[in-house]
Amino acid sequence: MNTENSPPANRGLLEVERLYLNMGPQHPSTHGVLRIGLVIEGERIVDAEPDVGYLHRSIEKIAEKRTYLQFIPLTDRLDYVAAMSNNFAYVLAVESLLEIEVPRRAQYIRVIMAELQRIASHLVWMGAFTNDLGAATPLLYGFREREDILDLYEMTCGARLTYNYYRFGGVSRDIPTGFVPGAKKFISGFWKKVDEYEELLTENEIFLKRTKGVGVLSREDAISYAVSGPMLRASGVKWDLRKDRPYSVYPEFAFDVPTGETGDCWDRYKVRIEEMRQSRRILEQALDGIPEGEILPPKLPRTIRPKKGEAYGSVEAPRGELGFYVVSDGGTNPVRLKIRPPCFVNLGSLAAMVHNCLIADLVAILGSIDIVLGEVDR
Amino acid sequence: MSMLEILRSKFGEGVEELADFVGHKTFLVPPRIVREVSSFLRNEQVFGFDYLTCLSGIDRGKEEPRFEVSYLLSSLTRREMIQLKVRVNDGEAVPSVCDIWRTADWHEREAFDLLGIVFSGHPNLKRILLPEGWTGHPLRKDYVVAEADKEPWEREESARESNEHGK
Repeated sequence: MNTENSPPANRGLLEVERLYLNMGPQHPSTHGVLRIGLVIEGERIVDAEPDVGYLHRSIEKIAEKRTYLQFIPLTDRLDYVAAMSNNFAYVLAVESLLEIEVPRRAQYIRVIMAELQRIASHLVWMGAFTNDLGAATPLLYGFREREDILDLYEMTCGARLTYNYYRFGGVSRDIPTGFVPGAKKFISGFWKKVDEYEELLTENEIFLKRTKGVGVLSREDAISYAVSGPMLRASGVKWDLRKDRPYSVYPEFAFDVPTGETGDCWDRYKVRIEEMRQSRRILEQALDGIPEGEILPPKLPRTIRPKKGEAYGSVEAPRGELGFYVVSDGGTNPVRLKIRPPCFVNLGSLAAMVHNCLIADLVAILGSIDIVLGEVDR
Repeated sequence: MSMLEILRSKFGEGVEELADFVGHKTFLVPPRIVREVSSFLRNEQVFGFDYLTCLSGIDRGKEEPRFEVSYLLSSLTRREMIQLKVRVNDGEAVPSVCDIWRTADWHEREAFDLLGIVFSGHPNLKRILLPEGWTGHPLRKDYVVAEADKEPWEREESARESNEHGK
């Protein structure tokens, strides 16, 4: 990045010097390791260049060395705030190569898990984002409710963070007896909780000032940068893979896709809050309609060898479109596995959002992207 | 007219349809026209592939040409997806499409970093995930993993192999 491309603007009486400033690698608002090179004039940001790549764990290379099944637990570790969604996208990709049918009961369980995960992830986001802006209370609220979801996960698969729960053709084990009543109890109370968050934040003068008109991403830019999830919808594009490229049993449920208008931090906040309500709607329908039956197809070989070919499996993860592109040569492990992480792609649009904003706004903008660095540089 | 016929009538017989992809149509195009095909697919109203979902580099090992770049394109208005593919040899450049879809910027840098595929016309083609001074491109099939970074069973395997060569 060149700091001397154009002369700095002369702001009134003061000469403004153009400076290069590093934010990070470990800034409290980056939630992981990320360095951002900033070109600033006083408090104003002229340009920002994220340097990802502090964490690179070569997950894609490891995938080539393991069998298809052995890779499922590694997907958990990509986006550790939404591990279920990662499981989901990966098994979808391999299933389409294997051409197997997933029993309906397993389909329902998958959707329930994925939607609970969306709520849990958005809760962490809400807490972290408001924490970046200086509020501590919503973080505690968010983690309090997320705890209930983690309890449900723990009783189902024994883990609270890395679940390793989905399998090709279904899920690893059935939901336990107390799961459905427990989940119903959670979502019936959750309705009021979301209203509480809104009461705390939506009418809050400081919160409004920090988010409205900050970090605007236009509709055209959002599409060109291929951002996805709440970021894309906040910019006014009604695009949700659950509706627009439907997978699993999502077409059976009624829910709305919230969108924003200006694409600023405020819209991204509103979209996520509304998404939590919509997830709750899906959960209500799914928990009532969960069919009896098997959770795995009969007769699945222990070592799978998908046919030669390629497939792309994607889900609407909490942060956006998460895809796995799998190339198979007919052997026991993939020849190439490329992950399309929403965070990596969304972060690519940072420079388009920060121009002429204040350094303090950058913290808000970064928070509104909702990045998980484990997924950014894999 | 099928999509293949449209592409062929516009860009010649070099365009091929590949069959091994599950779910979407896949077209193989020669590298020299990838930019023309891309902007055609993006700007032409009937296609409107305005969203570059994913760009991946693939090392095909011993096959010729060695590298492949896959572009997964989505149309947000028509809710459709297709794939474009380009094949190049080692050292041969692929024209960059990052002014057509700006998201390609980071994806191309990643393919360059991990596979060493060069994208001509990219404004900032440098490593993105690995440190700047890194030697080699780890996703290449012939990349030699440092002995210390190997899994125990791989170390045993390579030790056995070198013993056999010694005899």
